[in-house]
Amino acid sequence: MSAEMAIAVAILLPALGALLVALLGQSPNLRDCAMLSVATATFIVVCTLYPEVASGGRPTLHLLEVLPGLDLAFQIEPLGMLFSLVASGLWILTSLYAIGYMRGHHEENQTRFFAFFAVAISAALAAAFSGNMLTLFFSYEVLTLSTYPLVTHHRTPEALRAGRIYMGILLSTSIGLLLLGVLLTYHVAGTLSFIQGGILAGHATPLMTGILLFLYAYGTGKAALMPIHRWLPNAMVAPTPVSALLHAVAVVKTGVFTIVKVVVYIFGIDHLSSTGFHIYLAYIAGGTIVLSSLVAMQQDNLKARLAYSTISQLSYIVLGAALANAHGILGAGLHIAMHAFGKITLFFCAGAIMVALHKTEISDMRGIGRQMPFTMAAFIIGSLSIIGVPPLGGSWSKWYLALGAADTSHLLLVGVLMLSSLLNIAYLLPIPARAFFSKATSDDGHHGEGIHEAPLFCLIPLCLTALGCVLLFFFTDPIYQLLAPIVQP
Amino acid sequence: MSSHLPIVPIVLPMIAAPLCSLLRRPALIWPLTTGVGWLVFAACAALLMQVVESGPIVYTMANWDAPIGIEYRIDLLNAYILVLVSGIAAVVLLYAPQSAASELPQDRHHLFCAAFLLCLTGLLGITITGDAFNVYVFLEISSLASYALISVSRDPRALKAAYKYLIMGTIGATFILIAVGLMYMMTGTLNMADLAQRVKMVEDTRTILMAFAFLSIGIMLKIALFPMHAWLPNAYSYAPSLVTAFIAATSTKVSLYVFLRFVFTIFGAEYAFDTLGFNDVLLPLALLGIVVASAVAIYQTDLKRLLAYSSVAQIGYIVLGISMGTVTGLTAGLAHMFNHALMKGALFLAVGCIVLRLHSSRLEDMAGLGKRMPITSFAFVLGGLGLIGVPLTAGFISKWYLLLGTLELGWWPVTVLLLISSLLAVAYVWRFVEVAYFQPPPAEASSDEAPLSMQIPLWMLLATTLYFGLQTDVTAGLAQRAALWLLGGGQ
Amino acid sequence: MSDALGLYNYWIAIFLMMVGFYNVIASGNLVKKLIGLSIFQTSVFLLYITMGKVKDGTAPILGDGYDTFSNPLPHVLILTAIVVGIATTAVGLALVIRIQEHFGTIEEDELIAQEDSP
Repeated sequence: MSAEMAIAVAILLPALGALLVALLGQSPNLRDCAMLSVATATFIVVCTLYPEVASGGRPTLHLLEVLPGLDLAFQIEPLGMLFSLVASGLWILTSLYAIGYMRGHHEENQTRFFAFFAVAISAALAAAFSGNMLTLFFSYEVLTLSTYPLVTHHRTPEALRAGRIYMGILLSTSIGLLLLGVLLTYHVAGTLSFIQGGILAGHATPLMTGILLFLYAYGTGKAALMPIHRWLPNAMVAPTPVSALLHAVAVVKTGVFTIVKVVVYIFGIDHLSSTGFHIYLAYIAGGTIVLSSLVAMQQDNLKARLAYSTISQLSYIVLGAALANAHGILGAGLHIAMHAFGKITLFFCAGAIMVALHKTEISDMRGIGRQMPFTMAAFIIGSLSIIGVPPLGGSWSKWYLALGAADTSHLLLVGVLMLSSLLNIAYLLPIPARAFFSKATSDDGHHGEGIHEAPLFCLIPLCLTALGCVLLFFFTDPIYQLLAPIVQP
Repeated sequence: MSSHLPIVPIVLPMIAAPLCSLLRRPALIWPLTTGVGWLVFAACAALLMQVVESGPIVYTMANWDAPIGIEYRIDLLNAYILVLVSGIAAVVLLYAPQSAASELPQDRHHLFCAAFLLCLTGLLGITITGDAFNVYVFLEISSLASYALISVSRDPRALKAAYKYLIMGTIGATFILIAVGLMYMMTGTLNMADLAQRVKMVEDTRTILMAFAFLSIGIMLKIALFPMHAWLPNAYSYAPSLVTAFIAATSTKVSLYVFLRFVFTIFGAEYAFDTLGFNDVLLPLALLGIVVASAVAIYQTDLKRLLAYSSVAQIGYIVLGISMGTVTGLTAGLAHMFNHALMKGALFLAVGCIVLRLHSSRLEDMAGLGKRMPITSFAFVLGGLGLIGVPLTAGFISKWYLLLGTLELGWWPVTVLLLISSLLAVAYVWRFVEVAYFQPPPAEASSDEAPLSMQIPLWMLLATTLYFGLQTDVTAGLAQRAALWLLGGGQ
Repeated sequence: MSDALGLYNYWIAIFLMMVGFYNVIASGNLVKKLIGLSIFQTSVFLLYITMGKVKDGTAPILGDGYDTFSNPLPHVLILTAIVVGIATTAVGLALVIRIQEHFGTIEEDELIAQEDSP
């Protein structure tokens, strides 16, 4: 299969999968099999692209000219490769998990759920592969629209309200600011292609670059920079698999991925750092990190706490991009992968607890470690990876981010990173501690003392992702090698 | 035959119209009308191809040369509009029999078809002719036919709407008539090509200034530019759905064409914009229209009315593009004329499907529609996304050019206003989404999709909006060529 | 001053135009509105006719003794416009009849009042 074909197939497969799922809606078993095989096939196709990209190739696919001089085009570069591998790989696990969760939780309208899920993945892959800002913007909007039915899956007034906030924030920022940024970029630079070293250097004045930087940073509502983060906690009304893959991986990562990609390929690191505006963005990201960690500590609902944790972790990536130096960008790129594995593990655990014990509030989770030992063990691993403790993947990305912060000689930013790690400990570790070391409260003794884990379909994926967190620590080098070319001058 | 091709789109429906009112039997007249519609569309498409390949076509009526005879002159601009109008008519006619059966009195079908064909004749005639007075005559043919089409609805309020439209429309048309008379007074010709040359020689006279004033007010009434839109919401809401779909998609667009033709080719962009500063009048009206009408649309309780106000706003977009007076702006305006016609046509067809089943176009009756009519609801949402200007729909293309045009001119506040208005569009489209998908359907309701003969035309139009969202050679490309040509004096 | 008065035919046209226009706007009776509209249109016909008239001109007849002609073209045009005007009035009156049948009134304020209190 040629690389061009592979790109097209990787993007189309999930979309066809959605169609297949919709057609097979009558027989759930067949439908779920189809779903799994499509997910696996997509991952394999994405993998076939890896060798070429790793050896420096940039497979390209020009679809058609949408506007004169503006193509709908795909080009795979290292960052997109990494993102697509993470998204499509975790999709397989999430599919497995979703089957267990949706059945265990007796959710309605499963067919519609799986179909839109597949469309969202298709859009995320299109975003990962996009070869210019227009294509990225298109995919970004498709992703917003296709996740709306997932967020509002339960059709309750609460879901409706969350859906309004979700659409309201994501659409208004993307139409109001991102589109404006894209247009301005095109107006100033005359192109929207992603080019190593940026396209703005020599075209945009420093002030214009600063304005554009903030249009992109706040236009990308999916990156959940404060104060446009409110959609993310609200989106947690969705079923847990959605929260796990989309609101910890695909959707939010598309947001930060957009920012990193724009910084590298539109602004150019050198051009951006010469203007000095990037430091303001870095401080905004730093502020978001600390503030959202503090808010996370006060959340009693497990998913809400994880959501605020996600907001804080996303800002790590924005911070890395905003540092506009080699270490920062590398750290941001690595963190996309590391955080994905850590956070999806935590969400899987949250969902498993909900399915097995019907508990959503942290204060009710005393002593559940005895009932769900595997789940809570995975939870500890995920937490430690997010905190950044070796030997878990998260430690590497934090290391590079800290290096990058140190390179800018803004030591306050290094301090923010350190403080935030402490806050991570404070809001994540009490949960397993309470689960293992506290006695179960008397009123829910009806579950008994024995082991009461979630269905295997739920348990296996979360163990695998926890394992992934560990493996990523030891196999960081390929990722590093993959990403290194994008920061070479 | 091919040398007489330009006359086919006019003569064919004009002959078929009385035939329809004589035949009377629905089984005969619907196939006849539909057949004529498609033949006309084919002829218009052939004309467009011919123009693209070998330049403007000039056809002299009955071999009387201009300026004595009436001349039909087809160039890129009006060939583009011809295809648009005839195409929409053809698609709407496929849809019509089913919809008419439920919304029109049984004994009026033959008259309805006759009026529809006459309206089509008028619209195509306005577009094709090269004679200023002829424009007025065809304008009145199409207007009179559309008053009749609107009033045929079962809803008695349509009568009042048609009456209001008649008064306003006649005033507008008479203003145009005055303008044509004044121009004739100064130049002694009615042929547009001659007018274009001679008006330049006398353009500083007060008579020509008055002609321009009467003309622009008259046309603004016909295109329903804010604040002269008062006739539009009622007419669109109470007319039968298929009439609304046809008129909303074509009638205002043809009037816009007249506007472009007179302002750009006869008076010239230089006179209108540089000497008179006409864009200073258009720009605020367009912007007000966009914002006010979009905001009003949000608060409507009737889906047709909501779309009608959205039309007023969308006309504002088109006029805004024209008022920029740059190639990009004019391209945006022309492309949006085309795209909006397709989108609004599709949306009103979707409403027609809904009305067929619910016998109501009120939003509160549409609870749970996503379950009851999943395909139609989805179609409406897709069309709505086009109105918002979401990427991958045709609406995005025209918005892109519009925004780019404002950036080129450095009109920052306008850019911001346009983006805000897109959000208003989200708000009014989302009202349908929330009612259709979040409110439970009433207990007695069953799933009841519209028949295939209505679904197919609806999806044909929708497919074209999606197609033109990706393939912009036809829309934006032709629009750009036409814009360049108009700004170059249109000769 | 004499120039302005000398163009009395235009003054008449404009006067009629305003009378008609005022009627359309101010009158509350739908039929009276239509009458106003007709007067308004007629004034435009006069405008056309008067502009084609040449002083001492006759109808354009080719033959001896006729050397000054009025311009026939505006006169012919206005024949068409008169037909359009009649058609408009006819459609308008037809609408008024149906409005009377359905709502029982042709006074605008009563129609609006009906709409407000269904």
